[in-house]
Amino acid sequence: MQIKVRLFATLREGRGKEMFLELEEGQMPQDIIEKLQIPVEDVAILLINGRDGQLNTKLISTDVVSIFPPVGGG
Amino acid sequence: MFGYQGKILRIDLSTGTTKIEALDEALAKKYIGGRGLGTKIYADEVSPEIDALSAENKILFVTGPLTGTKTPTGGRYMVVTKSPLTGTIASSNSGGYWGPELKFAGYDLIIAEGKADKPVYIMIEDDKIEIRDASHLWGKVVSETTKILEGETPEKSRVLTIGPAGEKLSKMASVMNDLSRAAGRSGVGAVMGSKNLKAIVVRGTGTVPVASEEALKQVVKECTIKIKENGVTGQGLPAYGTAVLVNIINENGVFPTNNFQTSQFSKAEETSGELLAEKYLVKKDPCYRCPIACGRYCKVDDIEGGGPEYETIWAFGGDCGVSDMGSVIKANYWCNEMGLDTISTGATIAAAMELYQKGYIKDEDLNGLSLEFGNADAVVAWTKLIGMREGFGDRMADGSYRLTDSYGVPELSMSVKKQELPAYDPRGIQGQGLQYATSNRGGCHVRGYLISPEILGLPEKLDRFSLEGKAGWVKIFQDLTAFIDASGLCLFTSFAMGGGDYASMINAVIGTDWTAEDILMAGERIWNIERLYNLEAGIDPSQDTLPSRLLKDPIVAGPSEGNVARLSELLPEYYSLRGWGSDGIPTQERKTLLGV
Repeated sequence: MQIKVRLFATLREGRGKEMFLELEEGQMPQDIIEKLQIPVEDVAILLINGRDGQLNTKLISTDVVSIFPPVGGG
Repeated sequence: MFGYQGKILRIDLSTGTTKIEALDEALAKKYIGGRGLGTKIYADEVSPEIDALSAENKILFVTGPLTGTKTPTGGRYMVVTKSPLTGTIASSNSGGYWGPELKFAGYDLIIAEGKADKPVYIMIEDDKIEIRDASHLWGKVVSETTKILEGETPEKSRVLTIGPAGEKLSKMASVMNDLSRAAGRSGVGAVMGSKNLKAIVVRGTGTVPVASEEALKQVVKECTIKIKENGVTGQGLPAYGTAVLVNIINENGVFPTNNFQTSQFSKAEETSGELLAEKYLVKKDPCYRCPIACGRYCKVDDIEGGGPEYETIWAFGGDCGVSDMGSVIKANYWCNEMGLDTISTGATIAAAMELYQKGYIKDEDLNGLSLEFGNADAVVAWTKLIGMREGFGDRMADGSYRLTDSYGVPELSMSVKKQELPAYDPRGIQGQGLQYATSNRGGCHVRGYLISPEILGLPEKLDRFSLEGKAGWVKIFQDLTAFIDASGLCLFTSFAMGGGDYASMINAVIGTDWTAEDILMAGERIWNIERLYNLEAGIDPSQDTLPSRLLKDPIVAGPSEGNVARLSELLPEYYSLRGWGSDGIPTQERKTLLGV
C-alpha cells in the first residue's frame, strides 16, 4: 500500500516535504521513521489523518501521516 | 529590598508634576510585580466604573522583580489599565529592552494619570525626569518617532511610543517599544493617546539588587541548560520562531479560516514558518537576555522589520483567506508602524470580509477597495486605513465586535468580551475553549496556553477532544501564567521550566523561600483580583462564553469535523475548582484563603 507522509520543520532537511511510501499491509509509523532514518526522539508529534497517532498504529492505504519535531510558540 | 528598586514614579499629566513614591515591600512580594502588582495598585486607585479613555483612567508600566536581572528572558514589563476594547482589566506584556532600562533607571513602575493639554513625551534619565513637548511627534509612525527621539535624547535611551492608531483612539491600538515589540492587546495604546502621551523614553545606568548572587548564578545556569536542551525552546523556536505553528495547527484542522467559517486552510503551506525561514528571514531579533531568540526580522520588497509572529500570520493570512506571505509581512509592518494589535486588526478585517460576503457591507461603502476573502493587497491597504482611521477603516478601528454590532450581527465577531480570538479553533481543542471563555482580558491565548498539552504534548499529551481533567489543567495554566507575567519573565520559558524552577529564581533574586505551591498560590491570587475587578467593572459571569458559531455550529470539514466547543459541560467544574460559587463569583472563603 502507498502511504502519504508529510514532514515538517527540521525533519524536511535532506528528506523533502511530502512523499508517498510503499509499505506492506499492517506496517506502522514506526516503519516509516525507520525508512526515513528519523531518530525516534525527533518525533514529537505524530498525526494520522490529523488525529493523534501512535508509532505502533496499523496503517491503511488511505492514511496520511504527519510527523513533527519538537515545536512550539504562541 | 532585593529584586525591586523600591520606587514608584508617579506622573500627573494634567498638572505636569512628577513624584517619587516608596514601593511597599510587603505589597510587592504579595502581588510579585508586573500583572499582579500592577493590577493591585491600579484597582486600589481607580474606580472600575470610569470610562477607559477619560482623564480619570490611569495607565501603569510595571516591571517584575526578575526584570533586568540575569535570569533567562528577564526583560518583560506590563502595561496595566482599564481596556477601552473590553472594559476589563488590561495587562499587555512586552519584551525587548525598554523594561530592563526602566529598572536600571531606578523604578519598578510608572503611574501616568490625568491628561496633558497638548502632546507630550516623558524623558527619564535615572533620577532626572522631564515632561517634554511632543507636538513634533504627533501623527508620526513608530519608526519615525523612535528615530527623532533617539536623536534628541541621551545615547542608548530606549523608546516606548504609540503610533497614529493610539493617537486616534483606536480600540485596537498597541503600545510599542524598541520599534517592533508590542504590548499589543486590549487597546492600551488608545489610553496613552487619550492622555496626549506620545512616548516614554528611558535611560538608566543602575543595576538591580539581588538577594544572593551565588544562588542566582547557579539557578540561571540550571535553567539556561533546561531551555537549551528542550526541543521547543532549544531547537524549534530558535530555528523557526512561532510561525512554525502554522502547519501543525492546520494539520490538526483547528486553523480558523475565513473568520472561523472553516478550520483548515488549503494554502497554509504558503504562509508557513518553514517558508518564512526559507524566503523572507533576514535575521533573528532577540529580546533582553533571551537564550531562545524566537523573534524574527524579515524583509519583502522595500519593507523590512520585526516579525511576523504565528498569530499575525494567521490573522492576516488564513483568517482573511490570504496565502501571500509577502502581504502578511507588509500588514505586520504597518501594524508596527501604526501601533496596532496584529491579532485584533487581522481578525477585524476578516469579520468585515464576512460582513461583505453576507451583503451587510456594500461596495459603495468601500471606495473601490476590495473586502473579499483572499485579497492580499486589500489586507495591507485596510491595515493602513484602520491605523489612520480613514474611509471605512474608521468603522473598523474599534474592533470586530463594534463593527458587526453596528450591522445588528455581533455574532459574526469571533471575540470573547469584545476582544478578538487568536489562531486556534476551540471546537477541536476543548481546554483552550474553556480558557478563552474565562480569560480575564477576553479572547486571548496567553492567559493559559492549553495548546501546549492539547496539541504540542507538553508537559504531556492530552486528548484535545476530551473534557476529562481539562478544567483542572486550565486553572493550573492560568495561575502559573499569572505568576510568570508578574515575575518579568517570558511565558515561553514554561515550555522548559516548571513551578520549582520559577520558585528557585525568584527566591535567589528577592530572598524568599517559596515552593512551587507558593508560586501557584501567588498566581491564583492575581487571577482572583483580576476577576474581582472585572465583576466590579460590570463584566458579569454571563460573559464567560464563546461566539455562538463555536458553541453551535460544528466544524464543517477536516480532522476536527463535527465538533463544537462543549463549554457548558466544563464551566461548572472550573468554577468549582476555583473555589467560586456556581454563579462564577469568588466566595468569601476563597478570598480569605488568598488574602484578597
